[in-house]
Amino acid sequence: MSRPTKPISVLSDNIISPLGRTTDENYRQLKAGVSAIRNHQDQARSPQPFYASLLSQGLPAPDLSSPGAYTLFEQLLIDSAANALEGTGVSLGDPRTVLIISSTKGNISLLESDPGQPRPLERISLHSSGLRVAQCLGYNRAPLIVSNACISGLLAMLTGMRLIESGSYDHAVVTGCDLITKFILSGFQSFQAVSARPCRPFDLDRDGITLGEAAATVVLSALGAKQDFIKIRGGSVTNDANHISGPSRTGEELAMAIGHALQQAGLSPSEIDFVSAHGTATPYNDEMEAKAISLAGLREVPVNSLKGYYGHTLGAAGLVESIISLHSLQDSLVLPTPGYNQPGVSEPIHISSNLQPLMRSRNFLKTASGFGGCNAALVFGR
Amino acid sequence: MIHLPDQLYINASSLISQQVVYKDRRPVFSDQGSDLQGFLRSAYQGLQVNYPKFYKMDNLSKLGWLCAEWLLRDHFSGEVYRPQDVGVVLSNANASLDTDIRYFESTRQFASPALFVYTLPNIVIGEICIRHHFQGENAFFIFEHFDANFIEQYVGNLVNNNILQACICGWVDCLGDGYKAALFLVEKKPGPQAMEFTAENILTIYHSDNG
Repeated sequence: MSRPTKPISVLSDNIISPLGRTTDENYRQLKAGVSAIRNHQDQARSPQPFYASLLSQGLPAPDLSSPGAYTLFEQLLIDSAANALEGTGVSLGDPRTVLIISSTKGNISLLESDPGQPRPLERISLHSSGLRVAQCLGYNRAPLIVSNACISGLLAMLTGMRLIESGSYDHAVVTGCDLITKFILSGFQSFQAVSARPCRPFDLDRDGITLGEAAATVVLSALGAKQDFIKIRGGSVTNDANHISGPSRTGEELAMAIGHALQQAGLSPSEIDFVSAHGTATPYNDEMEAKAISLAGLREVPVNSLKGYYGHTLGAAGLVESIISLHSLQDSLVLPTPGYNQPGVSEPIHISSNLQPLMRSRNFLKTASGFGGCNAALVFGR
Repeated sequence: MIHLPDQLYINASSLISQQVVYKDRRPVFSDQGSDLQGFLRSAYQGLQVNYPKFYKMDNLSKLGWLCAEWLLRDHFSGEVYRPQDVGVVLSNANASLDTDIRYFESTRQFASPALFVYTLPNIVIGEICIRHHFQGENAFFIFEHFDANFIEQYVGNLVNNNILQACICGWVDCLGDGYKAALFLVEKKPGPQAMEFTAENILTIYHSDNG
């Protein structure tokens, strides 16, 4: 596998979540130990109360009959991308810039109209909502849209990296969002996958996920190579080829993605300073990840999951968690894993349970896995 | 020094459209007498393989799985590759909306986990990978229309950079009774039916149903 021919810098980023509308606001809250997960009672989403990290709670649904109106999904992408682009000098009007959107379900809430009402299927299509977002941001082509379950955010960044590497573009604006509507919540509840408490990644008592809403954006560029920006150094995607909704029993396939990503970055496992895992807090996911981390030679390396702060933000998760990790690398800190109390996986990996200084802060690894058997690993570093 | 990418080859293609299956641009199966559900079932039976999991899939996965099955018959020898060297890159316009609608209807009575798992477009990639034990790169992209240039560029990159040695790529789309699937087997060495892997050839095959 070839090395990146040119370093791809993360020039700028943004997170919009219940914890703030900029990355700085979000990162400060996480450092202070604040979680966005709350108990919600909302009949429109669920007959029972549920824990989640919600942006949309209490917001009226926009009136889409007026031209130029945006759904909340579209507006969050627009706001996040616009904030990330500020001051970068990168323009979406530039033909050398590509816009990439990551989402699993986009405008799916529009399916939830009353029975008998016409369903705006055209607006639910990701290419249609993506085009509206693009046009509002001054991007005069169709955006590239990645919809690959819970690895969408990492795959979208990896795609941006590859399109820049291949010389097709100089910059990539990668933005992602998902909202937790009745559709998504009822689905995970039907799987018995939603915890009755805030999620507890890698913990002995973990019993399921908590869902969350966020939008996030990174601006990637081939420029800035000599400056102090964090770079994407390598990445890989694999498939378990085992089960569409259950993770691998061995973790070998995620370990393979980690191995490929490290190889592309030209790094050995000992050069990784921390791992930001997917850590959804389902019994099977976290067990599989622990095996993969161990197989990849990262048993001694601090591992965290940020799901206890934000819940699982689906198509935004890879972006949100990479951005927070990137800032914690720059801050020479590794964040804890809220909800984790006692070891609950079969491999003795090193779960970060306190905010701790990093002795060395050069590189970190971000992983994710999802339905369909997909796994992704990205290596970021200075 | 500029390194020109090597020429890659489409060693097989399969197309399912308007109740006809085409292999390497020749019709190999047809059943005009039924709706999409019935057609997918008879196309499966026409393959004469035993894969009971097929019946659990949603229409999008059945369509993509069948198309891959026809694609890889005859002249694909999977054993020359390691599992991680074969990938699947797919695209469509309607993501999983066909099943999203069915799933959401189910929630009015009892939310069905068996339907919910298919409310992601990349599940069809998972089904193809399980069947053929492919473990390499996979990606699902959404376009309003099939974008042959993107497929040529993205897949070309994966294979030329040795991230993959072979790739199954193309379009699998389904909403209501409207559907189309077109898959391409891309490899480095030309096989007996090889066409050069170019956007032009991809489009010629994609339109060989005159659609």
